[in-house]
Amino acid sequence: MTTEIHRDDLASKTGMWLFLFTEMLLFGGLFIVYSVYRFRNTAAFHLAAEELSVFVGTLNTILLLISSATIAMSITAIQKHNKKLTLILLGITVILGIAFLVNKYFEWGHHIREHIYPGSPVLALRGQGDVLFYGLYFFMTGLHALHIIIGLIFICVIGQLIIKDKISHDNFVLLENSGLYWHLVDLIWIFLFPLFYLIT
Amino acid sequence: MENEKNHIVPYSTFLYVLAILIVLTLVSVTLTQISLGALTVAAALFIAAIKSSFVLSIFMHLKFESKMLVLMVIAVILIICIVIFITLLDYLYR
Repeated sequence: MTTEIHRDDLASKTGMWLFLFTEMLLFGGLFIVYSVYRFRNTAAFHLAAEELSVFVGTLNTILLLISSATIAMSITAIQKHNKKLTLILLGITVILGIAFLVNKYFEWGHHIREHIYPGSPVLALRGQGDVLFYGLYFFMTGLHALHIIIGLIFICVIGQLIIKDKISHDNFVLLENSGLYWHLVDLIWIFLFPLFYLIT
Repeated sequence: MENEKNHIVPYSTFLYVLAILIVLTLVSVTLTQISLGALTVAAALFIAAIKSSFVLSIFMHLKFESKMLVLMVIAVILIICIVIFITLLDYLYR
């Protein structure tokens, strides 16, 4: 125990937060682009946003919120030496993340079948406002979905480390960092959801 | 070692926060379905801000984290808000 190499958990977490700040700035910039284009094309954005399914959006929001809670609970579980429960909670998080992506797949599939996708000639006929709305919609939800995929891979790697006991009750900062990343993805969705689905 | 400062959040706290977050989501969906005019945007973003404060403080553990980390996060969020505010001000009154 005493021969353990030096570890600085606070520095590790601070590093993760610094990375999350760059992510916040990335999406913050996109929110500005969205707001400015919305301000210039109010009517078109209003009509286009009404075509998105509020039900699917709400369902996905709730799925992400639950997955955030389960990964947060997994940290409590590992602190209480409960390895099995930690892995179960991480498993639920991964399943919910995949469920989110499946919903997104059907949502995007529905739009693409109706010839609504960036660069589509049908969309171009509907005018500049619609092109901008759906361009931003596909880009921002796509970038968010990419973050979900990265987060899922991150969590799976962490799960492997827990199975191998590389992460345990006295050394779980990596699990905390994967949790922070997952919560950030949730945080971004908390703003994407009202902007695209609710404010019509 | 540093076990004494490792704060364990009970499972129930996360479940309560989750319940609050889901209720707030449903409230914002209901509010925006009723047309409130210009207030809709403000209401939806206000609720989103409340939700994110719960996620940041409890899920992301900031409530129990060192002051330095909390200050850093507040500073970055403030910078993002100021940049968004100034840009929109510029567009509104140009």
